[in-house]
Amino acid sequence: MSFKIVVLAKQVPDTRNVGKDAMKADGTVNRAALPAIYNPEDLNALEQALRLKSKIEGATVHVLTMGPARAAEIIRESMYRGADGGYLLSGREFAGSDTLATSYALACAIRKMGKVDIIVCGRQAIDGDTAQVGPQVAEKLGLPQITYAEEILDLSDNKITVKRRLERGVEVVRGSLPMVITVNGTAPECRPRHAKLTMKFKRAATPTEKQESGNDYTDFYDSRPYLNINEWGVSDIEHEIKWLGLSGSPTKVKQIENVVFTAKESKRLTAADVEIEDLMKELIANHTIG
Amino acid sequence: MNNIFVYLEIEDGIVGDVSLELLTKGRSLAKQLNCKLEAVAAGYKLDSIAAQVFPYGVEILHLADDKRLAPYTSLPHTSLLVNLFKEEKPQICLMGATSIGRDLGPRVSSALFSGLTADCTSLEVGTYEDKKAGKVYENLLYQIRPAFGGNIVATIVNPDCRPQMATVREGVMKKEIKDAKFVGKTHKLEVSKYVADTDFVIEVIERHIEKSKLNIKGSPIIVSGGYGVGSAENFKLLHELAATLGGEVGASRAAVDAGFSEHERQIGQTGTTVRPKLYIACGISGQIQHIAGMQESAMIIAINSDPKAPINQIADYVITGTVEDILPKMIKYYKKNSK
Repeated sequence: MSFKIVVLAKQVPDTRNVGKDAMKADGTVNRAALPAIYNPEDLNALEQALRLKSKIEGATVHVLTMGPARAAEIIRESMYRGADGGYLLSGREFAGSDTLATSYALACAIRKMGKVDIIVCGRQAIDGDTAQVGPQVAEKLGLPQITYAEEILDLSDNKITVKRRLERGVEVVRGSLPMVITVNGTAPECRPRHAKLTMKFKRAATPTEKQESGNDYTDFYDSRPYLNINEWGVSDIEHEIKWLGLSGSPTKVKQIENVVFTAKESKRLTAADVEIEDLMKELIANHTIG
Repeated sequence: MNNIFVYLEIEDGIVGDVSLELLTKGRSLAKQLNCKLEAVAAGYKLDSIAAQVFPYGVEILHLADDKRLAPYTSLPHTSLLVNLFKEEKPQICLMGATSIGRDLGPRVSSALFSGLTADCTSLEVGTYEDKKAGKVYENLLYQIRPAFGGNIVATIVNPDCRPQMATVREGVMKKEIKDAKFVGKTHKLEVSKYVADTDFVIEVIERHIEKSKLNIKGSPIIVSGGYGVGSAENFKLLHELAATLGGEVGASRAAVDAGFSEHERQIGQTGTTVRPKLYIACGISGQIQHIAGMQESAMIIAINSDPKAPINQIADYVITGTVEDILPKMIKYYKKNSK
């Protein structure tokens, strides 16, 4: 019995550790200054996928990512942790995609994979924090969705039971596969790299990467098919070009501004008793407190 | 036709604050655009909804009352909105950036091929020039939101697709009644016309939603802590000061991530936006994403051992020192002088 799990993942600039050189003088983002990382909640999603795989005989986990050539890094990273392989969707036709055009492209790629039982992805990516791609992929594929998942509790008779973490509580829901599940950051962390798998897959590569290495490894990869990372361009997926990239993106960026706060003239105090006492007296006198 | 729609979040028959805030914003946008404000309520036993939302200036309330629509599940609510919007052709649709709005919004926008901007911090009306196409669009919704971890603010527009959709977090917009006596029209929807039986594919087995015990948003005084507070233990000092002054305790994302404080207390772009009378920032360096959630406070006191902490720039008072040293003194001198 085959059971195909697809994880949607994204390589993102690490916006949580933004240094001084992250913004260019013209107010645009200097992507080169930000390290590219595996989107954190997609790792939570990968963990849920790997847990399912371990429970279901014959299950496979494949990672699908859309991005530039270097995004293959996160597919390898997934393989080091237990994924079976991956697909990189890449090409300039996808450039300028908003969440809807991205979802359309991902949905086309998933359709090409044939029968997929479950699609798991992070709730949102830290570069945009929109949480839109998961539900939009589900809609494009005509599948139901369970968002804000914290844990997959059970899967039996093709029915999946999921605990959701909401702002003010929890919900347990059940539905039939196939399905799209988006996983919260509160879900268990992803397992670390496995030493043996890291050794096994460290030379896994996309056709572009093999070409760029300059060496002819044809025989090497032919005898080790598990090291081939699939790379799909626009011609590999069935699509209508108008729904891709800029033309498939209903939202347009009108303007981007660097965030500048108006500085106030502040009064400087030390921790000396007399200064704190004067401050508290002042706040009481002007009715800010008390 | 071409009106502004707000999707109402309803829990136990009560319309959520985030929806009332959006109605308030929607009303001012409707006035600017010279159109009507409408609202959609989907759920069960909705008899009291009209009275809750009409004072906010809702001219038409679309009511989908069906046992199967509560609690919320994605597909039935999506179908309801998608099919209703096909009839009504709204120009703008606003939803809360909540676990419901962020589940529903993307699905509806995908089905209608209409753009959606998540977590807007400001909504305005303006023009947009598409230089390539040589077209100028009037009266578009500017969907303004932070991006890249709060380091930039982007203004997004949807020139061609309708409705223009946006989600907004609770607390970002202000809630204001228009006229307590205003009564709009109620439009009862025949649910089976909009929602197919096959949409009911997700079964809610268990549900524990707690009423928020905290009221950070409504508190006039907030004592907020960051990573610099150092420990959950030190956070107790903040609670003590807040209790003394009659305020609430808030936290930065870094403090929440470090486990010093609960997520519910988080202030900033990914938490609550606050505008208290007094904001005391303890050990908060002042990342943009935090400042964006509290900069409108009437008075800001920054307590930080780093005299160059970015938050000092927007503070009215900067006290250089440690939380352990300064907070007990504030408590002591408040008590001494308040009588």
